[in-house]
Amino acid sequence: MTTQTTAPETPTPATGAPTGLIGIPEKAGRALALGGSVLTIISTFLAWTWTSAFPGDLTVYGYPGGLQVLVLIGGALTTLFCLASYNVKGLGWLVPAGADAAIKVAALATFTTTWYTVIAISTDLGGLVNLEPGGFIVAIASLTALLGALALPFERPEPDPIDPDDTGWELFKYQVRHKRESLKAALASGTPRRVGTLPSYAEILIIVAVLALGLTVFTYGIGTEYDELFIGFLIMAGLGFAALNKAGLVAQASQITARHQNITICGAFVAAAMFPFTQTDDQYATIGVYILIFATVALGLNIVVGLAGLLDLGYVAFLGVGAYAAALVSGSPNSPFDVHFPFWAAVLVGALASLVFGVLIGAPTLRLRGDYLAIVTLGFGEIFRITANNLDGTSGPDLTNGSNGISSIPNLNILGFDFGLEHTIAGFTIGRFANYFFLMLLITAVVVLVFRRSGDSRIGRAWVAIREDETAALAMGINGFRVKLIAFAVGASLAGLAGTVQAHVTYTVTPEQYLFAGAIPPNSAFLLAAVVLGGMGTISGPLIGAALLYLIPNKLQFLGDYQLFAFGLALILLMRFRPEGMIPNRRRQLEFHEEAEAPTVLSKAGA
Amino acid sequence: MTTDTTTKDTTVGQTVLDARGVTMRFGGLTAVRDVNLTVNSGEIVGLIGPNGAGKTTFFNCLTGLYIPTEGEVRYKGTVLPPKSFKVTAAGIARTFQNIRLFANMTVLENVLVGRHTRTKEGFWSAVLRGPGFHKAEAASRERAMELLEFVGLEKKADHLARNLPYGEQRKLEIARALASEPGLLLLDEPTAGMNPQETRATEELVFAIRDKGIAVLVIEHDMRFIFNLCDRVAVLVQGQKLIEGDSATVQGDERVIAAYLGEPFENAPGEEEVAEVEAAEAKAEATTDAAPGKENDR
Repeated sequence: MTTQTTAPETPTPATGAPTGLIGIPEKAGRALALGGSVLTIISTFLAWTWTSAFPGDLTVYGYPGGLQVLVLIGGALTTLFCLASYNVKGLGWLVPAGADAAIKVAALATFTTTWYTVIAISTDLGGLVNLEPGGFIVAIASLTALLGALALPFERPEPDPIDPDDTGWELFKYQVRHKRESLKAALASGTPRRVGTLPSYAEILIIVAVLALGLTVFTYGIGTEYDELFIGFLIMAGLGFAALNKAGLVAQASQITARHQNITICGAFVAAAMFPFTQTDDQYATIGVYILIFATVALGLNIVVGLAGLLDLGYVAFLGVGAYAAALVSGSPNSPFDVHFPFWAAVLVGALASLVFGVLIGAPTLRLRGDYLAIVTLGFGEIFRITANNLDGTSGPDLTNGSNGISSIPNLNILGFDFGLEHTIAGFTIGRFANYFFLMLLITAVVVLVFRRSGDSRIGRAWVAIREDETAALAMGINGFRVKLIAFAVGASLAGLAGTVQAHVTYTVTPEQYLFAGAIPPNSAFLLAAVVLGGMGTISGPLIGAALLYLIPNKLQFLGDYQLFAFGLALILLMRFRPEGMIPNRRRQLEFHEEAEAPTVLSKAGA
Repeated sequence: MTTDTTTKDTTVGQTVLDARGVTMRFGGLTAVRDVNLTVNSGEIVGLIGPNGAGKTTFFNCLTGLYIPTEGEVRYKGTVLPPKSFKVTAAGIARTFQNIRLFANMTVLENVLVGRHTRTKEGFWSAVLRGPGFHKAEAASRERAMELLEFVGLEKKADHLARNLPYGEQRKLEIARALASEPGLLLLDEPTAGMNPQETRATEELVFAIRDKGIAVLVIEHDMRFIFNLCDRVAVLVQGQKLIEGDSATVQGDERVIAAYLGEPFENAPGEEEVAEVEAAEAKAEATTDAAPGKENDR
């Protein structure tokens, strides 16, 4: 009847038997959760509103559409977890860390998505009258499931002793603290069992399944057509992931992927390469290629910031240098040089130009530490932009065509493969942006390779040592300046590499693309945010951070002018609650959560 | 006596470190004034003095963290370059008074960082990963594990340095310093905050290091530790070297006692006697403790 997390051997004396957050008996609560989630599933097949004015057409009986699909997934997840908690045969693998916490989070995910939908319908269309019975049913069903889930018992933490001298305010603070502790405990799950060694083909199949799931989620997110669906997607994806995490599946999956790191990384690239084939037109491949550019540059910045600990606030300038260099030799009519280099040569020129700039900027500035370096690099980033603006023939030599930039950059043509044309591969039409997507993926692979290999080597250890304690690193014989300059130069040339492709993707290179902070990524602030948000020193962190930072402003058009405000708010919240980023580097996690029962042994799977 | 046992089996001869007239001024403050000190191969030399005497400043002058205002430091006959990483490359390794490990790296990684000067693989080698890279990396790891075994940390190679207990962090610092294959090891208060057992273990460790043919210069406040360990002891007071010699000479010197215990008042009755008694006691204690200790170290 019960699962691992319930039924403690020694009930805490203060609170007696474990109870849920809501005073419903456990059996009833579990039944309610199951019943509610089953009903939720059923009601997604009903019509929720009478008019197709609400996007997604939720008026059809028989098959769910738009937000209903998300609710259906949430309901299914909750149902499965509930069934697993009843010890239904064959579902035990779903909840290696105990089912109850997972049920709670999954029910919360379903509830939030459902109620968001219902409320969105009511406000969009003006009133509750616009809801069909199906809408009411699903709202009640998901609420029931949530209430049932919250009634599931958990081990309450023992309250701290109350200080009798406390004033009212302190008492209030004490109660809030205790409530928070209880809430945390209610959502706490056990430690998942270790995955036994499966045959390697089975493990690889699991990795493939995980990657396929990731690709599906990502493709769905990119393909969301209206704001409501995207918000619903964010809620469902975020809380659904949390539910899987509580169930212990995420931990098990990461154990398996850690065993086959190379396969996982290759598989991830294959999955990413599949993305254009899931699309019928070039519309979302555009987003894909911009995300890749952004993510690649963020990963390059991660070498500088995450490994070597050099806070670079002008990093986007190196992207700009690469892009300008490639544009100048691209044969564009606006370029003062009348040359048209082949792509490999343009890539070399772009990367080399960025390298030279990196060394030129790095050599004088890297003698500074910490905040001072940040300020100086910020300045250099702006110097690049203003210089590019002024090299227009009137205020300086004509090199960059001033604020008009270098336009009409021709499409790439590698070995007769014209990137500007549509190609048909195995029955799939691959458009212009999809072509560039593949090229950019190649560049990303190069950057990932450089990051991984250099990070786990003598030079990478020297970078981390410099970040940890510069004086001690010097005393260990590390030439700090040289090593930092290498990090700076490597980061710069990787950004330049991405820049060469960017110039061709965007047709035009203007100084205004390379701001410190602006609404459109990539810019220096967003790049740094992607690294910090995703997780410093990791590979997947900046990639995911960049994808989110690009998609959210792109999809939520209504944010408009409040975009930067929302972005700042999100960053503050993240720094408060998860300073190590979404994908924590093992080291960072230990650094920020010292009091937690962190594993003392750092296994080989670093990032 | 203490010196007999230590000098007998090692060949003292070649001068490893030769500091001549080292003076370090910070503005108007002269932290180190005209200090001469030599360390010969196979020797353990102690550097003692009251707090603020300039011991660590002198160390920093030796290791290139500070550039001495006057004077020069020679290592095996060549003048040391004024950059700390070049000093390490030349063959002088050090530990720090306040432990400065790379806290978020593993124990093994810490030692591998210490190998930096003795390996050459650069960025391209790391990215291209030729056979030479793997060979060098494997050799480095093997050497690092040997060193961890030497200090007794081989079982904790995968732990984060920050999670080690205090005494083991000190050991790790020594292992990290040894990884650079130094000819001279500078230890800055290696037993600060340790209990007697740990101090004892550190003593053994320092002897073992000496037996590897590495000269050791050690700063310490624990007099028993110093007089057990060192062939020669130099006393630094207010930036100047007061005296240098074997432990008996140093312990018997009035100026040293005065520097540690303070000068007696001119007319204070009984103060002189008290100082004498204390000095005698200290001497007696040190010698009696040292004698059995030495036997075990052989």
